[in-house]
Amino acid sequence: MESDFLLPDVEDPDVAEFWAGCARGELLVQTCKSCGLRRMPPRPMCPRCRSLEFRWDPTSGRGTIWSFIVPHPPLLPAYEELAPYNAIVVALEEEPTLRFVGNLVTGPDGPINEIDPATIQIGDPVRVVFHQVEDVTLPRWTKS
Amino acid sequence: MAGPLTDRTAIVGIGQTSFAKGLPDSELSLACQAVSAALDDAGIAPSEVDGLAMFSMEDGREVDVARNVGLGDITFFSEVGYGGGAGCGVVGHAAMAVATGQCNVAVAWRARKRAAKGSRPWAQVSRRITGHWQWSRPFGVIRPVDEIAMLTRRYMHEFGATREHLANVAVAFRKHANRNPAATMYEKPLTREQYMDARWISEPLCLFDNCLETDGALAAVIVSADRAKDLPHPPAYVHSFAQSIPQQHQVMTNYFNDDPLIGPSYACAERLWAQSDFTPNDVPVAQIYDAFSPLIPLSLEGYGFCARGEGAEFTDDGALEWPGGRLPTNTSGGGMSEAYVHGFNLVLEGVRQMRGTSTSQVDGAETCLVTSGEGVPTSALLLRR
Repeated sequence: MESDFLLPDVEDPDVAEFWAGCARGELLVQTCKSCGLRRMPPRPMCPRCRSLEFRWDPTSGRGTIWSFIVPHPPLLPAYEELAPYNAIVVALEEEPTLRFVGNLVTGPDGPINEIDPATIQIGDPVRVVFHQVEDVTLPRWTKS
Repeated sequence: MAGPLTDRTAIVGIGQTSFAKGLPDSELSLACQAVSAALDDAGIAPSEVDGLAMFSMEDGREVDVARNVGLGDITFFSEVGYGGGAGCGVVGHAAMAVATGQCNVAVAWRARKRAAKGSRPWAQVSRRITGHWQWSRPFGVIRPVDEIAMLTRRYMHEFGATREHLANVAVAFRKHANRNPAATMYEKPLTREQYMDARWISEPLCLFDNCLETDGALAAVIVSADRAKDLPHPPAYVHSFAQSIPQQHQVMTNYFNDDPLIGPSYACAERLWAQSDFTPNDVPVAQIYDAFSPLIPLSLEGYGFCARGEGAEFTDDGALEWPGGRLPTNTSGGGMSEAYVHGFNLVLEGVRQMRGTSTSQVDGAETCLVTSGEGVPTSALLLRR
């Protein structure tokens, strides 16, 4: 069951804003207030200017598939019952070195094993959708 | 150009337990057996050991090994993290400690049980994840094979690598294991057809792209070059040693920097060759970390045996196979066909190549490259006869 997925600690202060954004339907990216560097994954200090000040900027929520896999068993039970499913890495349209791991689905609440893996290609355009599992909202992707 | 560590120390003793899917002994017991065997091989008494270097993931601690094997007063001890990245690291730390006088006889080892707590970290994560894993695991990118499969698909896309290339790797290492009675896969040949028909684990990687799951332990004894001359076996000199955490590297899920296919081997290789009298062209045999088959082309590129993007094609025409290949690689069978003990068996096979005692001995080999995990903070050794 999806409720047994491995889920992030959405109260972790370094990243809580990202997950709160997902819950509101926004894909955010951490941005340095001092030098403007956008960074993913989020972290407390800017690796370019060492500032500790940052904000969360909205993104287009659009990108292309950078790579993908199709996991098969043995897996943790919650994932094994859905296998084979897909997992993808998305490169953000406006800044392709900003990447997000996710799943390709037919819609916000579509299962991660619904799309025929043979139809997935690197370079396919996708847009973000959001899917709630327990108290966490996960970003997922549909073909756009 | 040589560096300050060049040929100052040597591996003079090696020891290992048997390899199997289930050994009754504890991880600590296996560690002690391997260390003890390595000391006997070196002809050195346990009481002379005063330096230790081990994997952070080790179950038995330094104090446990010292009290069991009856080691002397330990004046240097060091740990290296990141699992498979640590194999050459612990040997290198031991060599640096001997070369700088912090100790005289150092031992490095790895013991591992596939069923032991900690040996399969992916199956033991708590449900609420913090840190960098939260950006991949909720989406079902859970196991090391999933994480490397993602890079592999991208590598295939960018450079035209195929499953045929990965089969070159799996089949070559199996052939070497079929010559090595200590290997788990000694009596189990692998054909290209079996590879192509194998079940998927994480597409595009199949069963035979994965390393084995092994219980076992191995150890190595390191002393000064002067001391090495008086011992029973030909020394395997530590000619060069390096580690690397490349800038903006992320462990296993290295998807987030400018060019994820530039792995840790590049920065490690730069330091390794800068402190060496040799170049990749001079090296006739290699032991390259092979938790997964695609790490071989990535490492061949990183360590400079071919240009970027040419690693897959390099494996064609039996290039990795003993005896006729351009670069016989993993001549004991490696992690995919001898044993997967976080790559420490690669160190011992490198020593055997320098001694002239490998079951797939490369005639007249003067040097052997040994590498540790690609995809994690890593390390490498260039051994010299």
